[in-house]
Amino acid sequence: MGIDLPLIWAIVIGFGIMMYVIMDGFDLGIGILFPFVADREDRDTMVNTVAPVWDGNETWLAFGGAALLAAFPLAYSVILSALYLPLLLMLAGLIWRGVAFEFRFKSDEAHKPFWDKAFAWGSYIATFSQGVALGAFINGFPVVNSAYDGGLFDWLTPFSLFTGLGLLVAYALLGSTWLIMKTEGALQQRMKELAKPVTLVLLCVIVFVSLWTPLAHPAVAERWFSLPDLLFFAPVPILVLLATVAILNRLQRDAHASPFVLALFMLFLGYSGLAISLWPNILPPSVSIWEAAAPPQSMGFTLVGALFIIPFILAYTAWSYYVFRGKVKPGEGYH
Amino acid sequence: MFGLTALELARIQFGFTISFHIIFPAITIGLASYLAVLEGMWLWRKDVVYRELYHFWSTIFAVNFAMGVVSGLVMAYQFGTNWSYFSATAGSITGPLLTYEVLTAFFLEAGFLGVMLFGWNKVGPGLHFFATIMVALGTLISATWILASNSWMQTPQGFEMINGRVVPVDWLKVIFNPSFPYRLAHMTIAAYLATALFVGASAAWHLSRGRATPAIRTMFSMAMWMVLLVAPIQVIVGDAHGLNTLEHQPAKVAALEGHWENTPGESLPLILFGLPDMKAEKTRYAIEIPYLGGLVLTHDINGHIPGLKEFSPEDRPNSAVVFWSFRLMVGLGILMLLLGLWSLYLRGRGGMYGSKAFLRFATLMGPAGLIAILAGWMTTEVGRQPWIVYGVMRTKDAVSNHSAFALSTTLVVFVVMYFAVFGTGVSYMLKLVAKGPDPDGGHHPPQDEGQSSRPARPLSAAPDHIGPAIEAAEHTEA
Ligand code: HDD
Ligand code: HEM
Ligand code: HEM
Repeated sequence: MGIDLPLIWAIVIGFGIMMYVIMDGFDLGIGILFPFVADREDRDTMVNTVAPVWDGNETWLAFGGAALLAAFPLAYSVILSALYLPLLLMLAGLIWRGVAFEFRFKSDEAHKPFWDKAFAWGSYIATFSQGVALGAFINGFPVVNSAYDGGLFDWLTPFSLFTGLGLLVAYALLGSTWLIMKTEGALQQRMKELAKPVTLVLLCVIVFVSLWTPLAHPAVAERWFSLPDLLFFAPVPILVLLATVAILNRLQRDAHASPFVLALFMLFLGYSGLAISLWPNILPPSVSIWEAAAPPQSMGFTLVGALFIIPFILAYTAWSYYVFRGKVKPGEGYH
Repeated sequence: MFGLTALELARIQFGFTISFHIIFPAITIGLASYLAVLEGMWLWRKDVVYRELYHFWSTIFAVNFAMGVVSGLVMAYQFGTNWSYFSATAGSITGPLLTYEVLTAFFLEAGFLGVMLFGWNKVGPGLHFFATIMVALGTLISATWILASNSWMQTPQGFEMINGRVVPVDWLKVIFNPSFPYRLAHMTIAAYLATALFVGASAAWHLSRGRATPAIRTMFSMAMWMVLLVAPIQVIVGDAHGLNTLEHQPAKVAALEGHWENTPGESLPLILFGLPDMKAEKTRYAIEIPYLGGLVLTHDINGHIPGLKEFSPEDRPNSAVVFWSFRLMVGLGILMLLLGLWSLYLRGRGGMYGSKAFLRFATLMGPAGLIAILAGWMTTEVGRQPWIVYGVMRTKDAVSNHSAFALSTTLVVFVVMYFAVFGTGVSYMLKLVAKGPDPDGGHHPPQDEGQSSRPARPLSAAPDHIGPAIEAAEHTEA
């Protein structure tokens, strides 16, 4: 056919997962920041900034799962059975987080603190497990006869625990800069105070992961430090540094929207760094996107729909954000 | 755990999580369409009762929807975590269908849900109505894709097996497989019926407490019309569905009839009650109606269907389960018919809102639709065993390599968590129902109620809220 379907699908899925990470990232970040905000009304405002959009954000996760099943069934079946426990933990976290959105407004007084805790814990657990899953993914999976050939706890390594913590920091940055954009007054002030140290910690995390990955995975190191790949890579760390400086600088100057945009950019950089390191494996360390691909009949059929519909999705999602633009005021809700 | 194998545990886990899930979509599908109708009536007639009802049901819808989304997310991942061999073999078909569901339905629902729930004063009435319709449409599109996928697993076609992998060759055949139209019609109607019964029961409960506000009378009337019109259609569709199943999955029909073998020269009876015994290969204590079985199943008084003994033992579904789940569903369907007819009779005589016995019956029927849905799925899914893709792949070859230990641990976690989370959620929904439509809801947007402007308002202790409804009831009675 001449069209490299697996390649296109890898890009589409990569795009979907990135959309998920940045969009549900700031939702989850709000839960992660809950313990740092004591006031009830401020917490209501925080939740109200994302209440109309969180469901759409989470749908990107459903998309990632479904598209992986459609385009790379082998990868789907290996990754999901290898990461059985962290993924179930993630789903458990998302359940608590998701229902707490509704329940914390509908419960009686006595139970409100409970649902606030459920919201925060759910966000922590979901984020941490996603980070752990990411680390385990980088570490790779043993595959024998097209099936996962490892244990129930193979995902549990110091590296994956570290990426779990790292993702918490990343989402906290997205959450705090989102709130700087969407709120005002004391809450916004509090977020500005939090955003600075979080930015610096995230920088440390990125540096740490960047050192650890090539040390632990010679294949990645080889890729990084050989020409011409080195030239592709070189801009990434430089841009990360620039982004960090820019965020701190904008925070200093009381900017409202730009810290969030820059935080998105920083995450995008980290994400693309990962993508370049693992390319073209969908099951590191050895199974490539072409080996794990579904029959072309499946990929082609789904691709037609995906390429046609995704622009519409982006359009009405943007419209929905536009409807709820502007600052969310305490106690005001949406009217 | 309890000596169960990993396979059995994986099946229990899947059955448990999807049974919880399906309850919420059923109500989501029904309520979304109901809300679209209410908003349309409000825009057309400008009668505040419709706006009041819209805001009342949209708060309940929001709680239900959140539970549907999070329990559904679990389902999308279970195919890989629990059924990895199934995913690797048949993901080339179920994957694209699920992806289309996400693209055409889930995003649509999610994208317009925010505006529907929080945008009453942010966009114009036309645009808001449009958002509600998009959400309702999304739920129906969602049902279409997921049922295409499930129906393909029941009656697969349009594919080839190449190197042990399913390769789709004709997508139209895959989607429009033989059982799909029946299942889609039957399930969509089931969702509408379940919702109508739920709405009707809520109204009946208020009515029997003397709160006959215009809003409550309106919703009772709408629900009873729905039951009256749709229950008979469901029985007809169900019958057609059964005939179609007889053609494609005769073992399933034999099992759900508890029918073991044909005696030459004898008619096929309908077994009303009995205890199918898989070991002894017979149905004990059967109470039979002669000829009726042949008449119902083949529409021919001397007709016959294959008996279970014609299938080798490892290909037989468990008759003891499906025999009863099927009868539960059909029995409830007949009760729904009766409810509809009774409402028509009372309506004609002007006594529908006051008859104590009728109101009690309508209240008790509240969960009947959901129970019938669970019983129906139990029939369909257990009746398809031992196949996961009928005639193509056996369930035992589909399961992931997890140990019984891992599966029993996660199962316990699921059970505890689901009952805690969704049990609480359902109780919140019922509390909202018990509070009743807020006559103020005619003036204030729903987010006033739930989302934050008065977030501190305790739910259970809201006598001031119940008050106006009682007063209003007195007005109407006076
Ligand atoms: C007949 C209808 C029906 C059936 C049989 C199923 N679902 Fe469902 N599902 C829906 C109808 C629905 C819905 C009405 O579209 C929901 C319910 C509430 C909601 O938000 O959307 C939904 C939500 C929902 C979500 C969350 C969507 C989001 O993020 O917005 C996922 C991922 C799934 N489902 C996946 C599944 C899977 C994998 C199923 C089968 C094993 C399944 N559903 C059975
Ligand atoms: C939504 C309503 C549904 C309910 C209540 C339901 C119920 C069940 C039950 C009870 C089982 C276990 C059967 C047994 O172990 O004997 C099962 C199995 C299964 N069902 Fe369904 N089902 C539903 C919809 C679906 C859909 C829409 C799909 C596919 C898209 C599906 C795919 C499966 C699979 C893969 C299994 C596991 C293998 C098996 O045990 O057969 N189900 N379901
Ligand atoms: C009273 C007459 C009814 C008849 C004759 C009937 C018939 C059937 C049959 C034969 C099946 C199994 C189809 C298969 O596995 O291939 C089925 C499944 C099902 N039934 Fe019914 N049914 C009736 C009423 C109801 C009612 C009232 C509801 C719910 C409100 C309902 C909900 C379902 C559901 C959800 C399924 C599983 C999905 C499917 O296979 O369509 N049914 N029904």
